[in-house]
Formats: sequence, structure tokens, C-alpha cells
Amino acid sequence: MALLTVQGLTRRFQGLVAVDSVDFAVQPGTVHGLIGPNGAGKTTLFNLVSGVLAPSAGSVRLGDQPLDGLAPYRRTALGLARTFQNIRIFSEMTVLENVMTGLHTRLSSTWGILLRGPGFRAEERQAKAKARDLLAFVGLSEAANARAGDLPYGDQRRLEIARALACEPRLVLLDEPAAGMNPAETHALLGLLRRLRDERGLTLLLVEHDMPLVMSLCDRLTVLNFGRRIADGTPAEVRAHPAVIEAYLGTGSHEVSVSRGAVS
Amino acid sequence: MWEALDDFYWTYQSLIHAIGVNGILALSVYVVLAVGQLSLGQAAFMGVGAYTGALLSVKFGVPFGVAMLASAVVPALLALVVGGPTLRLTGVYLAIATIGLGEITRIVFLNWDYAGGALGLSSIPERGGVLAIYGTLVVLLVGLTLVARSRVGRAMEAMREDEAAAGVMGVNLPRYRLVALVVSSAMAGVAGCLSAHVSSFIGPNEYGFEAAVTILSYALLGGIGSPLAPVLGSTILTLLPEVLRPLADFRLMVNGLIIVLAVLFMPRGILPWRIARTG
Repeated sequence: MALLTVQGLTRRFQGLVAVDSVDFAVQPGTVHGLIGPNGAGKTTLFNLVSGVLAPSAGSVRLGDQPLDGLAPYRRTALGLARTFQNIRIFSEMTVLENVMTGLHTRLSSTWGILLRGPGFRAEERQAKAKARDLLAFVGLSEAANARAGDLPYGDQRRLEIARALACEPRLVLLDEPAAGMNPAETHALLGLLRRLRDERGLTLLLVEHDMPLVMSLCDRLTVLNFGRRIADGTPAEVRAHPAVIEAYLGTGSHEVSVSRGAVS
Repeated sequence: MWEALDDFYWTYQSLIHAIGVNGILALSVYVVLAVGQLSLGQAAFMGVGAYTGALLSVKFGVPFGVAMLASAVVPALLALVVGGPTLRLTGVYLAIATIGLGEITRIVFLNWDYAGGALGLSSIPERGGVLAIYGTLVVLLVGLTLVARSRVGRAMEAMREDEAAAGVMGVNLPRYRLVALVVSSAMAGVAGCLSAHVSSFIGPNEYGFEAAVTILSYALLGGIGSPLAPVLGSTILTLLPEVLRPLADFRLMVNGLIIVLAVLFMPRGILPWRIARTG
């Protein structure tokens, strides 16, 4: 069964139909790419799936659990995590505290917060250890006690991924994880995302404009243009799809350079 | 030695009370600001607590402990009722709604003959005093410090920094907003009850818009990086007019000038130090 099933998902902003009855399914253990030109509705789709926006029509399911009408925090508890296109870490907090905030739904202390009994202290200690493990996984161990806002850009991206992993998700939505990264950082990111799938068995859904990254990482792609799904398939199938070529390059062109990453 | 202390206390009694009460009020507005909301209803909640406690003492002669408890519960219930619809509002709209709440409660007290109407309530028995005021302040300071250093403190700071991101991290935003408002109103109510029982008189105009702005300014001046910061702010703002007394006619002007300069040059407050959010 698919891990994420999106059916007839639609979102209208007054006259504009940003997402127009989109269907697709993400298989467990795969990296699924969501691509399309600027303004195709990719980020809106992410906001609909994560519950930040309410859809005008359609449904979203995680496994066999319908997510419709659930607030973002409920979706997180069910195993959905995400990162944002414009990095949204908590910049005043330390790096470690950011990751520990991601653990929120997995912690349960209440009165222990005031009483400071052994239960509370054990939970807090485990949370810290878990957060440190995740920071080690993304390569940020050294920066654990730094102010998150002081990290270099690429590190902030990796912190956001670690924070999303702290939610113990089944599916991670990554909104343009490589945006603004230099080639070396992008290369490191590619390795990290592969390890998420291969070592941690996670399922990823990502929006990305960096075509070499998308083509080498994704198992499957869904292509949007003007809010509609225009293609769906393996990277090789999508690359050869006439509608995709037209969306990226316009009509009248026969030579495609999508594979060389010229279109992003 | 003791005589000197005794003299000092009797001379500055009302100032010592005010510093403690205002410290509690500063903490009450801190709780709301700490989750990224802006409330100008703290004075109203304080008034509801003051009237609840004073009426119970004056008309029914209940023990002080009962009056204190009621003065926390009644404003908390009011916050629960008001919070439902108003917490859908955020930022400046919530502030406007809470200003409205303040006006409504003021007018209710003004026209409520049983509670003395415009004349207010007088001959409130002297109860609690310094010990109760500073005991409450210390308990709240310790409690809020413990809360800050836990998953709840992390969730609160996350909300203040970026609400949407906090929601995606699994923070139940409506619940946190509501609980923060309810807890802060109970704290303001207790402050009202304590102050009513050391000043022997309360009136409907003590809890208006001006008081609400003053309470907010405690946290603005002190900062909200830790629970200690707003208390420092309220202490300075309570002491300042007394310290500036020799300036006579220029007192209020210099007082205002100091506040404006502090806000301009210390936007994170006088105490910008940030408390760690891990236990």
C-alpha cells in the first residue's frame, strides 16, 4: 500500500487555482520528487499535505489514515514531518534545543516539569541523547550548543532536517532542500538524503529545482504545471515526456537539456 | 538593627507591597508574551481577582486562603470563556479584543451597586501582607523557570519565534494559547487579591486601559528572555518614580524619557539573557 495517497487535491485562492485536482501516491521506502516550473503549485501542495493550508477539495491519506481536517500537530503525531523552503529554524534557540523541539510529540512529561522527579529527568536525558544522535547523523555535533541563527546557511538546512527527523516521521516532506546551496553542499546533501532512505528506511517527498540532484536521487517523479499534474513516472520516463519538455522549455523546441540540469 | 528595619518597612510599606504585586503582574503578562500573543487584558483580570477576593472578605468574611483561591479561579474561568473566540485572533487583533474586555469589566464594576459602584469597595480587611505577596512571587518565579526548562518551555519559545513551524513540530497551538491565557489571568487575579488586601480600598478605575499598558511595559522594559526579566522591569518601573522624586515637576517627564530610551536602545529588554530550555 502507498504511504501517502493524494486524491483530487485542489486549492483555490480567489480566482487562482493553485493546485488543481492533483492525484499521486508515494510508495514506502522511496524518494518521490515533486517538480515543475516556478508557480506550479508545489509549495501549496506541501502546505496542503502538512496541514498548514486547508484544501478546497480532495483528500490526503497517510497509510490508511485520512488526514483531512487534522491540524498540523496531529499529522506530526501520525508520522508526518516537513522542512520549509525559506529555512524556518528557531534561530534564538540553540541547535540542540531546536532538535529537542522536534521531539515534542514524543515526550509526555506534565507534572514532572514542576516536581522534577526521576521520570522527568530520565525523559529529558533521553531526549537530549536522541537529539545529539540526530545531530551526529547530519554532521552537526560540534555546533550543538551554538545559537541556531548563527549557523552558516547549509548547516541551517541540515539542522532543519535533523529537527524534522526528531518527530520520528514515517514520511518527510522536504521543500527545496538544496535551494541556495553551493555544489559541494548540494553533493553532501545528496549523500545525506540517500542515507535517510537507505539507512533509516524513511520515505521522502521532495520539491526541488536542482535537476541533477532530482534525477540522481528520486525513485519516482510527479510533475506539476499551473497546478495540474502533467506527468508521473520514473526520472527516465518523465525526462522524455512531451508535456514536461513543453512545460520547461515551451513549444517548438526539440532538444531537451533537462538531464543536464540546465533548467532550474 | 531590627528597629531600623521596622522603621524602613513602615515608611516604605506601600512601595514594598507594590513591587511584589507588580512583579506578579509582570509574570502574568510574560506568560502570554512567551507564547507570542499580546494581551492588554491583564488589568481586567487583576480587577476581577481583586473584586472577587475583596467581596468574599468584606461581605462573607471567608478565610484569606479561600479568597485567594477564588481570585485565581474566577478570572481563569473568564479567560476560558473569552479565550475560545478571541484566541482565533492573533497579534494586534487579540490586543484590541482584550482592550474591549478591559472596558467591559470596568463598566460592570462601575455600575454594580453591590460592589460599591463608582465608590468602590472600602474597609477591606488587611490580610496576607509582605509574606503572602513575596511568597507568591517566589513560587511563581520558580514554577515558570521550571516550565521554561522543559518540553513546554521549548514549545512556547518555538511558538513565539515561528508559529507555523511550531505547529508542524507537533505543538498543539490552540491549546497552548488558551492555557497560557488562563494561567496568566489566574496570576493577575491573585495579584489583584493580594493588593486589595493590603490597600484596604479598590475602585473600578484602577483596572483600566492605563493599568493594562503599565503591566505590558514591565515586560517590554525588562524583556522576556527569562522569567526574571519582566520582574526586573516591573521593579525598575515601580521604583523609578520614587527615586526621581527630588526632580519634582520634571519627574514624570524624566520617567517617560528613561522608558523611551530603554525601549529604543534595548529592544530585548534590560535583561536580554535567555534561559536554557533544557531540563
